[in-house]
Amino acid sequence: MAFLNELAKREERLAPGHRLCPGCGQPIIVRALLNITDYEIVIAHATGCMEVCSGLFPYTSWRVPWIHSAFENAAATIAGAEAMYKVWKRKGKTDKDIKFVALASDGGTYDIGLQALSGALERWHNFLYVCIDNQAYQNTGVQRSSASPFGSNTTTTPVGKVKKGKEQPRKDIVSIAEGHHIPYVAQGSPHAWRDLMNKMKQGLEVEGPAYLNVIQPCCLGWRFPPDMTIEVARMSAETCVWPLYEVIDGAIKINYKPKKKLPIEEYFKMQGRFSHFLKPENKDMLKEAQRLTDKQWEWLLKREAAGL
Amino acid sequence: MGKKVALMGNTATAHAIRQINPDVIAAYPITPSSDIPMAVASFIADGLMDTELVTVESEHSAMSACVGASAAGGRVMTITAAQGLALMSEIVYIASSLRLPIVTIIAARALSSPLNIHGDHSDVMEVRDAGWIQLFCEDSQEIYDSTIQAIKISENKNVLTPVMVIMDGFNTSHSVEIWEMEEDKRVKEFIGEYTPKYPLLDVSRKITYGAWAPPAEYSEHKVSQLHGLLQSPSMVKKVGEDFGKAFGRNYGIFEAYKLDDADYAIVIMGSAAGTAKDVVDALRENGVKAGLLKMRMFRPFPADEVKEALGNVKVVATLDRVISAGAYGSPLFNEIRSALYDVPQRPIVIDYIYGLGGRDTQPKHFKAVYENLKKIAKTGKVGKILDFINIRGKWEE
Repeated sequence: MAFLNELAKREERLAPGHRLCPGCGQPIIVRALLNITDYEIVIAHATGCMEVCSGLFPYTSWRVPWIHSAFENAAATIAGAEAMYKVWKRKGKTDKDIKFVALASDGGTYDIGLQALSGALERWHNFLYVCIDNQAYQNTGVQRSSASPFGSNTTTTPVGKVKKGKEQPRKDIVSIAEGHHIPYVAQGSPHAWRDLMNKMKQGLEVEGPAYLNVIQPCCLGWRFPPDMTIEVARMSAETCVWPLYEVIDGAIKINYKPKKKLPIEEYFKMQGRFSHFLKPENKDMLKEAQRLTDKQWEWLLKREAAGL
Repeated sequence: MGKKVALMGNTATAHAIRQINPDVIAAYPITPSSDIPMAVASFIADGLMDTELVTVESEHSAMSACVGASAAGGRVMTITAAQGLALMSEIVYIASSLRLPIVTIIAARALSSPLNIHGDHSDVMEVRDAGWIQLFCEDSQEIYDSTIQAIKISENKNVLTPVMVIMDGFNTSHSVEIWEMEEDKRVKEFIGEYTPKYPLLDVSRKITYGAWAPPAEYSEHKVSQLHGLLQSPSMVKKVGEDFGKAFGRNYGIFEAYKLDDADYAIVIMGSAAGTAKDVVDALRENGVKAGLLKMRMFRPFPADEVKEALGNVKVVATLDRVISAGAYGSPLFNEIRSALYDVPQRPIVIDYIYGLGGRDTQPKHFKAVYENLKKIAKTGKVGKILDFINIRGKWEE
């Protein structure tokens, strides 16, 4: 792993001047990805915030070969490019070592893109899939996704007089990826940049498919000030809402265990999407959210202890 | 020299694909086209070709992977039909808009519901405005020959537009006919090597594909794409002529069959043209001036040539194998009639729908159509503008 001062000297492969919101975590995550490796990278990008804000004709922010096709097919698109690379390699038409990356947010991964993702993992294409998970369809106006947490206030699960936000817990996409028994699966966060970049590097270097789930605090949809993105991400790990872990050939390793696991309120009170949890009349909801978080965390700890 | 073989339309196509040996095929099996990816897989298993076959989990991913592979710099093909084409249709538009020369083989089949696996043109007509070149084929020979030609047409640097090569599901895909297979070496020579213009895999160039276009840019993109598509008729003609010089079978944008002095004409696409030509022959023997226009290239639609071919006919019947629900006339009818509107002594044009979901269409049905055309010419009275062929009961508007 390189030091920060070395990484800072590397060529920027995402040009400045993109159109993302102030405080958005996506360019932080993408720059980390492009910065961590000397490999040539080809990217297939699903429709979403990062895509629309980085490729607006006649401009592009991408200093790597990049293709956007549709919302649900980043994994299938990169699969085609990777298949073609095998042909060029076999025919001696390229001497470059190229790595293939699919980028999508939770909509293009957990929901509409799940089938293409599963297919590409099962077919064992040599690529890294990075889900930049901002836990709702933020690009189209903060509608719920299956990545939206229990009780979160979105525009299609609003908090009203009768309903109190999303009624279901979020989908465990990392376990779904694991179910394909691929060589590398991980979950990371931009606040733990060294850990995240290590995961990106491993995901790129492993032979076969790799899946990386990265939390992307969205100041617009989660409703917090734009200078708090990294702090919100940090709190997701301190409360174990977003555990940092990796699964290498089926064995789990938890990368961060807070010395003192903080209660979920600490994470909720930073964000407008959870503000209703803190009202006295919703204390049962808060209990339930804590229970869901604890259950997931304890399950991971048990797995690690058992070497699974 | 080629050799005569007796094999199904699907097998003919599979052999063309084996000879082309594309870089990548991404395909999902669907009746009645499944034999083709199956045959390709066995050719690969036996070392007869070395295409990367990406056995995707859906047609949507099939076309998506084709887009990725084609943008990466490959010669790319896929095979589908019916629901498969409908499922991939979102990406069918993207393939043509990104100017990717993907060749897609389609064994045209009815769209659900009701579920029906048999031949008609509902699937290909659904994507007729997607910006692809559409070539309809009559028989195994034509599907074999057109598959080879499609590679050259789509990859032409002025065209760079994907092509659908269409045969009728079951009528052609599953019929064993005698056709001529050319030598592998000569087919490879004919299509030549593909040099991609903007390959993603040329990492030194860092190409961006698929940037979005706001209102200030979108129209120009679509107009530029249309220019590419409209370059194709001259290439379809040229490649068809070159193919004739190389292999002895000439192809144009359509086939005018006994049309020069015809008073009555049927316009039709696909396998039923063969049956209709037999009827024309029989009518000619009885002194009836019958003719036929078999459209090969439906997109882009060759309006000027159609005017020339049909301008002196008295009455024309267009035969569509699809319902364009709620439209004033079926797709072929609308194109033909619109093209002929500019002809001073324009023919009368009427619209028939036939063969839906594999419904049989026999010589007697075509004969009845010609009888009606004769009657219209004699009386000047049209009667029904639209009618169905071989359905139970009567069609009343």
